[in-house]
Amino acid sequence: MQITVNINGRNYTEDVAPDLVLLDFLRAHGCYSVKRGCETSNCGLCTVHLDGKPVLSCSVLAVRADGKSVTTLEGLQKEAEEFGGFLADEGGEQCGFCSPGFIMNVLAMVKELENPTEQEIQEYLAGNLCRCTGYQSQLRAIKKYLAWKQEGSK
Amino acid sequence: MSYVNSRVRKKDAMSLVTGKPVYTGDLIPQNTLVVKLLRSPHANAFIEDINTAAALKVPGVAAVFTYHDVPKSRFTTAGQTYPEPSPYDRLILDRHLRCAGDPVAIIAAETEAAALKAMNLIKVKYDVREPLLDFTKAKDNPILVHPEEDFKALCPVGADNRRNLCSTDVFEVGDVEEALSRCDVVLTRTYRTKANNQAMMETFRTYSYLDEYGRLSLVSSTQVPFHVRRILSNALEIPKSQIRVVKPRIGGGFGAKQSAVSEVYPAFVTLKTGRPAAIVYTREESMTNGSPRHQMQMTVRIGATKDGVIRAIDLYALSNAGAYGEHGPTTIGLVGHKSLSLYGGIEAARFSCDVVYTNTMGGGAYRGYGATQGIFAVESAVSEMAAELGMDPCAIREKNMVLEGQVMRTYYNETCQSCTLDKCMAKAKEMMNWQEKFPAKVLENGHIRSVGVAMAMQGSGISGVDIASVEIRLNDDGFYTLLVGCTDMGTGCDTILAQMAADCLDCDIDRIAVRGVDTDQSPYDTGSYASSTTYVTGMAVVKTCEKLRQKILETGAKLLGIDPEAAEFDGKRVFQPGADKEVTLSQIGYASFDGHNRCISASESHSSPVSPPPFMVGMAEIDLDPETGKVEVVDYAAAVDCGTVINRNLATVQTEGGIVQGIGMALFEDIQYDQAGHMMNNSFLQYKIPTRLDAGKIRVEFESSYEPTGPFGAKSIGELVINTPAPAIANAVYNATGLYFRELPIKPEEIALGLLKKREN
Amino acid sequence: MFTAQQYVKAASLEEAYALNQKKSSAVLGGGCWMKMGKRRIGALIDLSGLGLDTIEETGESFVLGAMVTLRQLETDARLKEAFGSGFADMTRHIVGVQFRNCATLGGSLYSRFGFSDVLTWLLALDCDVELAGAGVMPLAQYAAMPYDRDILARVIVRKTGRKAVYESFRNTETDIPVLTCAASSLEGNLRLVIGGRPMRALAVEGLSLSNPMETIIEKAQSLPFGSNMRASAEYRRHLAGVLAKRAVNRLREVE
Repeated sequence: MQITVNINGRNYTEDVAPDLVLLDFLRAHGCYSVKRGCETSNCGLCTVHLDGKPVLSCSVLAVRADGKSVTTLEGLQKEAEEFGGFLADEGGEQCGFCSPGFIMNVLAMVKELENPTEQEIQEYLAGNLCRCTGYQSQLRAIKKYLAWKQEGSK
Repeated sequence: MSYVNSRVRKKDAMSLVTGKPVYTGDLIPQNTLVVKLLRSPHANAFIEDINTAAALKVPGVAAVFTYHDVPKSRFTTAGQTYPEPSPYDRLILDRHLRCAGDPVAIIAAETEAAALKAMNLIKVKYDVREPLLDFTKAKDNPILVHPEEDFKALCPVGADNRRNLCSTDVFEVGDVEEALSRCDVVLTRTYRTKANNQAMMETFRTYSYLDEYGRLSLVSSTQVPFHVRRILSNALEIPKSQIRVVKPRIGGGFGAKQSAVSEVYPAFVTLKTGRPAAIVYTREESMTNGSPRHQMQMTVRIGATKDGVIRAIDLYALSNAGAYGEHGPTTIGLVGHKSLSLYGGIEAARFSCDVVYTNTMGGGAYRGYGATQGIFAVESAVSEMAAELGMDPCAIREKNMVLEGQVMRTYYNETCQSCTLDKCMAKAKEMMNWQEKFPAKVLENGHIRSVGVAMAMQGSGISGVDIASVEIRLNDDGFYTLLVGCTDMGTGCDTILAQMAADCLDCDIDRIAVRGVDTDQSPYDTGSYASSTTYVTGMAVVKTCEKLRQKILETGAKLLGIDPEAAEFDGKRVFQPGADKEVTLSQIGYASFDGHNRCISASESHSSPVSPPPFMVGMAEIDLDPETGKVEVVDYAAAVDCGTVINRNLATVQTEGGIVQGIGMALFEDIQYDQAGHMMNNSFLQYKIPTRLDAGKIRVEFESSYEPTGPFGAKSIGELVINTPAPAIANAVYNATGLYFRELPIKPEEIALGLLKKREN
Repeated sequence: MFTAQQYVKAASLEEAYALNQKKSSAVLGGGCWMKMGKRRIGALIDLSGLGLDTIEETGESFVLGAMVTLRQLETDARLKEAFGSGFADMTRHIVGVQFRNCATLGGSLYSRFGFSDVLTWLLALDCDVELAGAGVMPLAQYAAMPYDRDILARVIVRKTGRKAVYESFRNTETDIPVLTCAASSLEGNLRLVIGGRPMRALAVEGLSLSNPMETIIEKAQSLPFGSNMRASAEYRRHLAGVLAKRAVNRLREVE
């Protein structure tokens, strides 16, 4: 089936198989930041924004993205560097394999929640697994990033 | 010194956080064959007949291989120094299938869809046998997991395939029975741990191709590139000189990738077809046929005097190697050495063990490597002894713990040259406010808040075995290239080694370019395992820098026309103190590249005759809901002695990450098999690793000793930190409930029903 | 992962219904659960073009489209206003925000999984389902039916003034529940719904909010329970009592 998907600001019109998942479609279009960590919609590594909302690209069929906009970390390099810098300064990226999906969800959270509490942050990001860090450094980075953003908006 | 002991950002951090394609799966070239494995549905079976004709007709299928096609040399995938203690007990494909998921056929196709279609068309007739699933009944069981004639153990580990024995051992210091006979209290307790999966986010994956010289080249997510080279040579029956292994960025390992789990399959396809080939394990494959922690059952006999002096510990461990013996004979040793040695004043100790084969998934190396299991058993038993004697569990440890200067008789008679375990205990008590919180209090909502404690140790490298080599080159303009053979798997060793080099060479860390690992180009290193990298490779960096400084000095002096004895090097220039003579490092770099025989480079290797243990104390504060049995770790205090901390951020994150993995092991991660031998927890849906909502708050402090044999006084940290949560949480659960839980994970069900039963009695 | 030969974005419910009569067809919800199976699907029917992704409030009810995501249910202010925190409580432990942005109400309800938080919660309210073929029927009837080839279009939650609360127990915070429990009351009558037994959720009627707690617990524990890898029947029976007690205590507070 022919679909037109906007990936990171650019339109792609293509024939795709009905059972192709968005994750594989994105990687085939050079979005290598999008990772697969499981087959059971549990790890959050494949998180991208579909029309601005964080979704699991392993579970969304490419055909469902027809006429929609998809954003991956490749399309948010400035934000990735900004938040990623805070993460790096905590040593919180470690192996980095979960970082793109995690950062995509952090950026979605920042848009969706206003002044989130620690509990709200942890709940919003609970679907992003990480086996290296024990999550503490990620939380430290988020708090510093949010404070920095607040500082900037004053 | 400016970089060591500071919080340096990892050199690869920004490429990771911006999602750059730096992992194996991102680098697979176009037109690479997709490799898939048909896996056995049976835990114990022989292939009676296998027919691949229909599969081969699927468009896009390049090849299908069965046990008829593979070399006949048995090998091990354990990444260990040759001769490996792990028995040579596997073939690439075997007629005998020894666990569910054992590979039956290798399929290579142009697309994944074609490979999967072909897989469904392979016709196999199995002779299905009764599987041996209970490892407590494996020794001398009539069902033999390895009945084959060509089973081979290279080292005298006590392997006997006619008895299902992968290895067996015993050691004793002092006279245990005599010492126990003089104790006021002797407890005998049995503890059980499961085959936890490392669950690194990047599953096993490898691609291979023939390079421009016709050699077999691999890019693989591995912790042991040099061992992989040898393992492939064994398995494929080709010379090592024909193999090259490259390690890109790795998405976590935790020991899983200390076995060559995925490498051999694409390598075999490439050799047979001449085509590039890639395998990417599914999560299910990683769960069911990876290289997890060894399941164990440990019986502790511990004896103490009334006033809490531990006189003797007798520990017997039974380990389940599963279908294959990777790391079986070596993990078991740590069960004893790294638990008993926590108690320095002990009069007598014995450790005996059996490692047995069964028809469950083969085991491997997982962070902690046996120490985790042994420490759970011994630390739990010590806490039980404290309770029996009416003592605070911290007090019994303070009375018996190993101290700096003691000869550790259960630890190869090494002298403990650096140890602040006593300070760690004091620090952890202060962090946790132990005196006030021990043992427990009931909250208004009926939940119980309690605390628990455990100590832990590990090693730093494998003494007398591990080797690390490093090369540093001076380039034009005066920057350095640091070539390492150890494998950064996200832990940050590329960065911490650069930190050490920068301090040794008095330069900015950005002047040091790090490169690892390509077996054709990197200096030899056994790899990143056994907590060796900071301690062993770090020392190689220190030694290399000393040599390099001397060479720079000599070249600089020559350029200045002075005696090297009269010259000094301050990192930026070589100069003569008191005279107006200097030549900059940049000038030396350029000069070294110009018309003579003095390119400046140094390379040193290091191997340590000792493996100094890092130590720690972990304390868990839990919130226990007595009605549901749910345990929440609300706070975890860790006081760590890893010697000098090289990078405070990375050491902290190692500790936090290790503790959360330990919490997973203690409370959630529960490998279960059905009656036919299929693993039921074969996904992240069914195998629950902790999310951030399950992790609680973790606080880490360092109580640094100074290890004289380590670089800058450093010891290891990576494995140590997974060892305290299980015994500390079990202790906290006891303090909340008065019930002992001796099997991991400690599930809400057992706590709730245990409390109900207790109330009824 | 499933395979599919054909993808059809249905232009009408009738078309979707007709297509779905073929055994090889399947209706696509959020895809989160379907992808875990290995079904070989002929026509994959997508309802996302039918405007079923909205929550509409009328005088008497809320009409929830089958394509409404779990995250919509979780965050909708009107549902919160009308039913308290229940819609959020029953969704917030389901894997993660990204999962809940994909998974749909229709997919969750059609599957009628034993562990379904959604089914447990909605059974405690006054709900009807609207099916493309069979028309409108009470949710309890639908919940007890075997799988068929009809298509779930909408859920109608009637505003009866019923108060409800939600409890669940999970081994980890985002795991499938070991047990779910919703309690609701209308004019003093108490309804308890227990799911994750691990069989499909069932409602216990004939209770009053003023019954002694022992009676309520006994009733909750009288349902059939089973064992699976997450817990034993014995523990589930015990938990049914604990969660029922907690739910009823909370309900008494809001009443």
